[in-house]
Order: sequence, then C-alpha cells, then structure tokens
Amino acid sequence: MKISREDVLRVAELAYLDLSDAELETYRAQIDEILEYISKLNELDTSKVEPMAQVLADDQTADATLREDLIAPCAVAEDVLDHAPDPEPPYFRVPKVIDR
Amino acid sequence: MAAPWTIDGVKEALAAKKISARELLADFYRRIEARNAELNAYLALTPERARRQADRIDALVAAGSPLPPLAGVPVAIKDVISTRGTKTTCGSKILENYIPPYDATAVERLEAAGAVILGKTNCDEFAMGSSNENSAYGPVKNPLAVDRVPGGSSGGSAAVVAAGLAVASLGTDTGGSIRQPGSFCGIPAMMGSYGRVSRYGLIAFASSLDRIGPFASKVRDVGAVLQVIAGRDPQDSTSTTAPVPDYGAELGKPLKRPRLGIPKEYFAEGMEAGVRKKIEAGIALFRKLGCEVVDIRMPHTDFAIATYYIIATAEASSNLARYDGVRYGLRVADDSLLAMYRKTRGAGFGPEVKRRIVLGTYVLSAGYYDAYYLKGQKVRALIAQDFRDAFTKVDAILTPTSPVPPFKLGERTSDPLQMYLADIYTVTGSLAGVPGISVPCGKIEGTLPVGLQIFGPPFGETRVLQLAHAFENAGGPEV
Repeated sequence: MKISREDVLRVAELAYLDLSDAELETYRAQIDEILEYISKLNELDTSKVEPMAQVLADDQTADATLREDLIAPCAVAEDVLDHAPDPEPPYFRVPKVIDR
Repeated sequence: MAAPWTIDGVKEALAAKKISARELLADFYRRIEARNAELNAYLALTPERARRQADRIDALVAAGSPLPPLAGVPVAIKDVISTRGTKTTCGSKILENYIPPYDATAVERLEAAGAVILGKTNCDEFAMGSSNENSAYGPVKNPLAVDRVPGGSSGGSAAVVAAGLAVASLGTDTGGSIRQPGSFCGIPAMMGSYGRVSRYGLIAFASSLDRIGPFASKVRDVGAVLQVIAGRDPQDSTSTTAPVPDYGAELGKPLKRPRLGIPKEYFAEGMEAGVRKKIEAGIALFRKLGCEVVDIRMPHTDFAIATYYIIATAEASSNLARYDGVRYGLRVADDSLLAMYRKTRGAGFGPEVKRRIVLGTYVLSAGYYDAYYLKGQKVRALIAQDFRDAFTKVDAILTPTSPVPPFKLGERTSDPLQMYLADIYTVTGSLAGVPGISVPCGKIEGTLPVGLQIFGPPFGETRVLQLAHAFENAGGPEV
C-alpha cells in the first residue's frame, strides 16, 4: 500500500478540503492505484538529469522576458467586489481570524 | 446536413450581401435552440454581445469598408476562458456565479478580428477529464453518436463545431483536451507550441502545460483562428515574441517531400484494431502524397502518463488553492475562517477535481516531493529530449490521437486510472511543449471517427498545418 487513510487525511488538511468518510476511502484506494502505477518511473535512472520546470527555459529564453513596469489603468475593483460572496467595499469580509 | 460554413464562405456571403451578419447570427441561434437541449454543449449564450458585434460587421459591409479576417464568423468559447460580463464556470459548482471583470486575450483578439461570440461551451470541471463527464452541468453528447462521449475536456467546443452550432471555437489543451475531442467529434483541432497563444484570462489548471487553441471544420480555418489569437501578449510572460507566419498563405505551397517519423512505441499495444487500421491507411496516404515515412524511437513514451499525472496534479493543487470562498465564487459560511475554506472547497469541487487536488498535494508534500514531483520533472526532461532527438531526423511525427474511438457515456467513469491511460498519445507532446494537431482520419465502420495526430517541432505550426491540410485535401477524412 502506497498511501494510508491517515496520509489522505493529512493531505486534505493541507489542501483545506473537507472530505466525507466515503470520499476518503474511495480516493485512498484510487490514488493508491495511481501511485502504484506512477512508481514505474523508478525504473529510470535520472541521477544525471536536470529537472525541467517549464518548456520555454529550454530554447526560448530570450522570449521569456519580463515586460516593462508601466502604469496602466485597471479599473475593475468595483466589478470584482460586486461579485464577491460577502463584500464590504473596498474590502472582502471574512469570518474573524484573530482570537483575542 | 448542408456543407458547414467556413470562414471564407461567411466572408464571401457577407461581401456579396447574400446574408447579413445579423441574419447569420439568428440562423445559428435557431440551430442552437433546436439541438442544444440534446447535446448540452453550450452552457450559456451571449446574444446581446453577439448582436452588437454582428451590427458592427454589417455597418462595415454597408460602408464598403474592408472586412477583418473573421468578419461575422460565429464562434464559441470554452467555459474556462474568461469573458467579461458573462458567467465563466469552468464546468464547476464553485464558480457557478462567477462573472469575470475582463476578457481573455484570445477572446479580445477574436472579437477584434470580427468574430461573433455565440456563447460558452461545456467542459470537464476545470478542464480535468477526457470524456466531458466531469462537468458539474452534465455531460456533452457526441453529435455524431449521441450515446457516446464527445471527448474532453473541451467536449463542448468540439461538439458545437461538429454539429454546425458554431463555425469555429476555442478550447484548451493541457494533456490532450483539444486534440482528443477533435478526434472524437471528427474535426481538426490544434494546440500551438507552448507560448504561441497568450494564456491571459485562461483560468489556470496546470500552468506549464495549459494552451488555448482552435477547433473548426477545416484545417484552413483552424489556421485562420490560430493566426488571430497567436503572438506576444505583455499580460502573459510565457507568450513568445517569435513572429507569427501567415499560415493561410503557407497552406497553398507544395510539400517539399517531408520526412515523417512513426514512433514505434506509439504502435506497441493498447490501440484498438479499428483505430490502427485507419491510422495505417492514413500513413499510406501520406506516402502517396510524396512524404518519406520512417520508423523512429521515442524511448520514454511509456513513462509519459505517470509523469503527466504528477506534474499536472501538482500544478493544479497549487492553482486551485485560490478557490477559498473569499473573493469570488461559492462560499459555504462558517464561524471560523479555516472551516469556511474547507467546507467551501469540499462542497464546491467535484470528485475528479478533489482526487487531483489530493494527489497533487501529496506529490508536493514534505517527504514525497523528491520521490514524485522532482522525479516527474526529470522524466519530463527525458521526454522532451525524445522529441528533440526525433526532430533531428524527421520533419514531423505521426501518431494516433487516441487509442480508442469515442466510447459510450458512463462506460469508463468508475476507474480513473483507466481513463488516464487513454491519454497516452497526447500527453507526450504536452510535456514537451511542441505543437500538435488532430486531423480526421476515417471512421470505423463508417460511424466512429478516428483522429490522426501530427506533432511538429517547437514553433513548427506552419509545417503541421501544411501536412494536415494536404492530408485533408487528399481525402484523409474518408480513408
């Protein structure tokens, strides 16, 4: 077994994801099977291989430049707040975070 | 059914005043009205926006002004691509009421080129899936066989073009999500090189893999849409400054006896006999067209699925952290902030998305990062090297798009790993960043479409389109 029920619980906690007991068991079994399959990568010796984080670093380095830091108008604040679950312009309201 | 509209057909009809953009639009909305309840391909329509645009085009025609390249062309947009003022749900309950305050660059460019946006198309939730059955709004039906899936994740964008409910559409491809539904719905579908099209406004799934690309009923139109959406965008630092060739002009040029590679590993096992037969007939057709066909090796192919599902889920777990009920989308209330996050995400995400968040968080977590994520990044480098090696020997690579034809709805939903394994021919090119097209290559027993995939080297879109166009003209779709 690659992944235990406790592992799934720990990961769900890291990801702030509520899972029911039924979901926990289903995902544990399915992810176990997927990890088992993924372990075939261990057949490859990659000790001398550089990890590839993204495509462009390869041959398009010159293109992956940052744009100039210019000021441009972006007047979307009202729109954004209009569609927020609990807005109090200019803020998003959330449950109390800090206990006194 | 009458021959589908093409982009040139629309432009000629408008210029000759045989039809107005407004009339054409009304005609497409009538077709959608008649067919969408069955197909479930459109999630939302944008009639006001479409009419404003159609009126602009009709005013140009009336004034005798030159028409832009996609003038009056009715198009559809996958619902993971932001549209200002129109709900963009990503096929998820967590974004059921999300209205973006801006347009994706690809959408902006389509409209600037005269296209008329009809609406938003259904897809697997957050583009995670290969059958469109992971949409929170129900599956799309394949218009060619309504008891079968249209492919995924861009199933709606493929279905609307195949059913004549749009002339072209935009989809997104992370591991095959444009090419495979194109194959299943019997139409050409393309992802350009990573960096060719701006991702600004594309709601992120896996940022190092995600690409926007077109569906249309002819290769020429796929090229025409790519032409418009491609090119540097200051809003996406991974979009490149590499010049965009004139694809349409290049299509007419004769092929210069290209060398095409057939990777042995793609033809090993797991491919259905009916698919194999059509792909072999397709390869024979390329020979007849004067192409030299050679066997090549791509030795790391068999490791692509494992690599893909590490990298894609890791990036997804990070990208989807933003859905916490604070700024947009669903919020499930609770007195505590952390409980609000957990409940919102637990209630808002569907099963496939949750599974991938758990897997992706796991492969990135302390103690497992090196064994999974880092390992995956290293094998990704080997897979990319396979492609670089291949392109020193050949001009393009031919493979099937999918090992199976469109399958029945519900047939494969119980086993996620089996569903992932069917992505084998498409994820390789996604990991390597190369361009790829799926072009129709006959139908099994005259009904179930097969797609042939052509990979080109990075920024070799012209070559990919030329080959697909020549294949289509030579009767490829009927082999």
